Amino acid sequence: MTAQRRAHAPDFAALGDETRLALIAKLCAGQSHSISQLTKGSKLTRQAITKHLGVLESVGIVHSVRTGRESRFEFDPEPMEEMKKYLDLVSAQWDQALSRLKAFVEN
Amino acid sequence: MGDRIEKRIELKAPVSRVWRALTDHREFGKWFRVKLDGPFMPGQVSCGQMTYPGYEHLKWEALVQKMEPERLFSFTWKADPKIDSKETPTLVEFRVEKTASGTRLLLTESGFDKIPGDRGLEAFRRNDGGWTEQMKNIESYVAQRS
Repeated sequence: MTAQRRAHAPDFAALGDETRLALIAKLCAGQSHSISQLTKGSKLTRQAITKHLGVLESVGIVHSVRTGRESRFEFDPEPMEEMKKYLDLVSAQWDQALSRLKAFVEN
Repeated sequence: MGDRIEKRIELKAPVSRVWRALTDHREFGKWFRVKLDGPFMPGQVSCGQMTYPGYEHLKWEALVQKMEPERLFSFTWKADPKIDSKETPTLVEFRVEKTASGTRLLLTESGFDKIPGDRGLEAFRRNDGGWTEQMKNIESYVAQRS
């Protein structure tokens, strides 16, 4: 169980930031966005947005696609679905451990 | 309150019995399936080897936080102690309370993420409405805070 825990730590860390959550919220509608579109309406600079997109890209939540001269960014739901599965797994492991505890103290 | 796992279980055994099963390292090891090197002590690292079938090659390492007799036992544990990562360990807390039929045990494991509020990853975990729905939650959550 610990090996699986380690595998997901960067994914959780990538989400632990409001700017990145806001970027995901924009991207998850399904359309790809350019950095200019993502920077628009934000207080952050283009460089800062690029950095946050890099973090999301590193864990596969966001992919960049090159269209002509510009890079566009798209959302990929799979890593988050994996994280949900992972939490379900940790939850199931606790159910099993606690049922062993129950048998242990009630006998 | 960040993302967390919560469990509640009713045990037909006195609080003192449950407390011993939680905090005596040998008893803990039997149901948790780990062979621990020594007793749990607050502020001390607890080391051992997993005995869970299929995971025997993994080491166990936790830092004991609180041992409030027959009330609260907690520790933090890291993913894989062999890896020197910056990752924040998760916090495991066992709370016990007396009931008419024995003991109620409340387990929480928290710290899977650092998202503030109770809607971050929690929204993903309780994914009943599909991703679009969850993303709306994130959007409104972020909007509220900005």
